[in-house]
Formats: sequence, structure tokens, C-alpha cells
Amino acid sequence: MESNMLKVDDIHVYRGETYVLQGVSLNVGQGEIVALIGANGAGKSSMLRTISGLLRPKSGGILYRHHQHAEEIDISRIPAEQIVALGISHCPEGRGIFSQLSVKENLLIGAYLRKDKNEIRQNYQRICKIFPILDERANQTAGSLSGGEQEMLAVGRALMSRPKLLILDEPSLGLGPIIVENLFKVLQNINAQGVTILLVEQNAVMALDYANRAYVLENGRVTLSGPSNELARDQKVRDAYLGGV
Amino acid sequence: MNQSRNRLVFLALILLGIGFVALVRSTVNEYILSIINFVGIYIILAVSLNITNGFTGLFSLGHPGFMAIGGYVTAILTFPVSRKSMFLELPQWLANLEMPFFPASIIGGVCAAMMALVVGLPVLRLRGHYLAVATLGFLIIVQVLITNWDSVTRGPLGLNGLPAITNLWYVYPWVVVTVYVAWKIKFSSYGRSMLSIREDDMAAQCLGVNLFRTRVAALVIGAFFAGIAGGLWAHLVTAITPTSFSLILAFYIVVMVVVGGAGSISGAFIAAIIFSVLTEIFRPLEENLDVYGIGEIFTAAILILILIYRPQGLFGSREPGFLLTRDTQ
Repeated sequence: MESNMLKVDDIHVYRGETYVLQGVSLNVGQGEIVALIGANGAGKSSMLRTISGLLRPKSGGILYRHHQHAEEIDISRIPAEQIVALGISHCPEGRGIFSQLSVKENLLIGAYLRKDKNEIRQNYQRICKIFPILDERANQTAGSLSGGEQEMLAVGRALMSRPKLLILDEPSLGLGPIIVENLFKVLQNINAQGVTILLVEQNAVMALDYANRAYVLENGRVTLSGPSNELARDQKVRDAYLGGV
Repeated sequence: MNQSRNRLVFLALILLGIGFVALVRSTVNEYILSIINFVGIYIILAVSLNITNGFTGLFSLGHPGFMAIGGYVTAILTFPVSRKSMFLELPQWLANLEMPFFPASIIGGVCAAMMALVVGLPVLRLRGHYLAVATLGFLIIVQVLITNWDSVTRGPLGLNGLPAITNLWYVYPWVVVTVYVAWKIKFSSYGRSMLSIREDDMAAQCLGVNLFRTRVAALVIGAFFAGIAGGLWAHLVTAITPTSFSLILAFYIVVMVVVGGAGSISGAFIAAIIFSVLTEIFRPLEENLDVYGIGEIFTAAILILILIYRPQGLFGSREPGFLLTRDTQ
């Protein structure tokens, strides 16, 4: 059993007046791929934003351990940029690429908090190897890329901060099936190299295919959780998220 | 190798500028010389607003307010002691103080920057239109304060008979410094973080950019140069009144940034030249026909056409290729 990396403990979050997360708890183990699935408005994105410090929980804690033997720290009250520095990189919904900047500039902003130029260069080359298309388009503006390429850019950019935990909000959004398949294979590779992944997906089939474990969120609560192959067989999940197949 | 070629290009441009300054100072008449000085000041204003407005995407209309602060501070510090006592009721230490122009203008710039910090802390939590309205409010507050603070500013009469110190040997180095600083910022990691805030602030935050601190810095840096420009302006016109730095001026500077291309230093530079020369060209025409405002109408028309047909401005966010090394993409 892997050690726990992230432990979200009974989180309550409001967005303005709306009560979006009503006591959510979840765990992410070192080296896992964990998926959050659920309908629109279930609170998936809010969960991710709370972890990365963009939203503040009203109560509850988020314990994070940046490597196996480190102390657990509560990151629920510290600013977003410090959370990035601790090794959590969040790839936001809708990708959030900087469309007027070049592909290379986009990637370099990902390394904003890092200082060592040599390491950044090596990291950059590694990402160009993972996504050769980004290297080819290095000097093009990011806005001129196709949807799939933009998603690769967003993932590559998030990797530039050398995260221990990569958080992805709907990576498959608006992409064709073949591109999604490829993207998930790349994510699996990245995971094999030691990056833990927590992702939100509408595409539950894909998510359950690649994730080790998954949580189902409904109206701000976790209603089901378990290993993905078990969830994929669950009748309720099949009816609600897998199109009843 | 590329880097050194780049340095040479910049050095050549700077020398060319010095040659230009020396040439015009010995050939053209006073009137044209003063226009060239104004063009230089507009370049400082447009390029510095570009750091705030173009790089970081803060739609600030407060630039003339910072100019006014810099202008008044510089003017009071350089005002001859003998005449200070005639016009103003200043505290003792200030009444007996007469400073050389250069340190006075630096202090003016620093005061403007500190004011930007004070204004920025509450206001930069606002976004988009709210920020524009809040900085507009700041501009009006500055004007009202200056108008009513008789003992220091002489109220609506303003300060006149300021020593005519500003000439191209003052303006040109400040143009070079402003452009240099803007350029260094733009092609640094810090500048990229500013541009990323403009493009998508949430994504920038996800990558570890501190939104608030970076926004405040962008406003403060822009305000410093606006303050310097205010000092230069005051000692070029040799008079300064509360109405010198109005919303119309804010409009002009914003137009320069938008037409040049938000984020493009070369664009702001060229647009500043075009628009300040244009207004001067229309001035004799306005006087002859006794119809004023032709320049403004023309400027507004160009702005509208640019927004329709080339919304990214002349240069977009970019710089012309011959100025770039491979390193700065």
C-alpha cells in the first residue's frame, strides 16, 4: 500500500452564497492516478481549486506530504503560489493557455518559481521530448495551436514546475477520441515516472479506464468511491455516467 | 554570438538617437524643438503605461494623476527659494529648499510610485472596468486635492514661471532608460508572469504567480516613469496647473498603447510619435479655421478604425524581429 500523499478531510466550501462542497473527504496515495467523476455542478472543479489554494474552505483540512518521509502539512490556508512551490501543479479547466504568447513562453512561465536555469532548460527539453509537437511549434503563438495541442501545452506547462502531484481539470474537454486516448497514454507515462495524478473528468469511461481509484461526487458530497474497475461495474455508476452500457 | 549582435543593434540605436538629438538641437527652431521634447515625453508615458496596461492588462486611467504628483513635487523642489516665499506657504524645511532638477525629478518619480502603492493596495483587488473607474476616481481626487491645497500648490492658479530646464539632453536619456527598463522586464521571467496575468489570471495563479503583488508592482513601475514625465513636462511648459493632467491626456496615452499594440514596446514608441506629431499638425489648422478639437476627433477616429480592423494594434504583443535575439524569441 502506497503512503498517503494528499488527505482531504471533511472540506466545506462556499462560493459566494452557494454551498458547493458539503464535507468532502478523499485520499490520494503516492504514485496513484485518482479520478473524480460526477455531473456538471457536482463540485469537482471546486474540489481541485480548493486543493490548489484558489478557493478557501470554510472548515476542514487538506494534509499534504510532498515526499514519502516528509511531515504532513495543512495546505488549506496557505497561498496558491506556495502550494505550487510545494509541488502541486494545477492545470485549470479550459486549459488557460496564454494565447498571445509563444509556446515556449507559455512553458517557461510554468517554471516561474524555479530559479536554476540549467535545470529549467533540461526540464524544457524533457517536455519537448514528451510532446514533440510543442518543440516544433515553440515560436508560434499558443492561440494558433489546435485543441489537442493546447491541452498538451497546458499539461507540459504544468510539468515545468516539476510537480509531485499533477491536478488536471477535464483534460479531455472538446477533444476527439483518438487525441484523448493518446493524451491519457502520455499521462500514464508521466505517472509511471513518479508524478501522482488527480484528475476530474466528464469522460468517465476514459477516467475509469486509466485511474487506479475514483470518487463519485454528487451535489458536493462523495457518494461512491473505490478502485476504478469496481466502480466501472457498479450499476449506479453505469447508469449515471457510463451511458447505461 | 546572437546576444552580442543584439547589443550592437541597441548601441547603434542609442548612438543614432544621440546624433539625432545633437543634430536637431543645432538646426531646427525652438518651436519644433519643443515638439520633439513633447514627443519624447509622450514616449516615456506610453512605454511606461504599457508596463501597467499592456503587459499586465491593468486598464489604468490614472497615469496623468501620477504625472501631476511627479510634476508638482519636482516643481516645488526646484522653485527658487526667493520666489517660493512670495507665492506659497510651505513648511520651513521645504521653503528653504532648492534642489537641482535631476534629483528633484527622481524624488517626483518616487513620490508618484509611492502614491501608486497606496492606491494600488485597495484598488488592485478590483478587475476590468472596475479598475478603470477606480483609477479615474483617483485622477479626479488628485486634481481636487491640488486645486484646494492652496498653500502648497497655489490652487487653480498653478505654479508658473518655473525654470525652463527640460531640454532634449534630459528627455532623451529618460526615454532610453524607460525603454530599457520596459525591455528588460518584458524579456525576463518576471515580465512573462505579468503577461500571463493579462492573458489568464487564474492559470497564472495556478503556476505560482502572485497576482496581487505582481499587479501592484506593474502599477508602481508605471507610476514612477509617469512621475518623471510629469517633472519633465512641468519644466518644459514652465507652468503647471491642476488641469494640465486631465482625462483627455489619459485618453491619449491609452490610445497610444492600444494602437501600438498592448504589450509591444516598439508599438507604444511608434504610436506615441505618430499621435503627438498628429496633434501638432492639426493645431495650426484648428487655429486658422477657428474649429478646435479636430486633432481629438481624428485621434478617436483612428482608434475606432484600429479597434475594428486591427484590434491587436500595430504590433500585437510583439517586437520587430531585428531587435530580437533567438534567446528572447
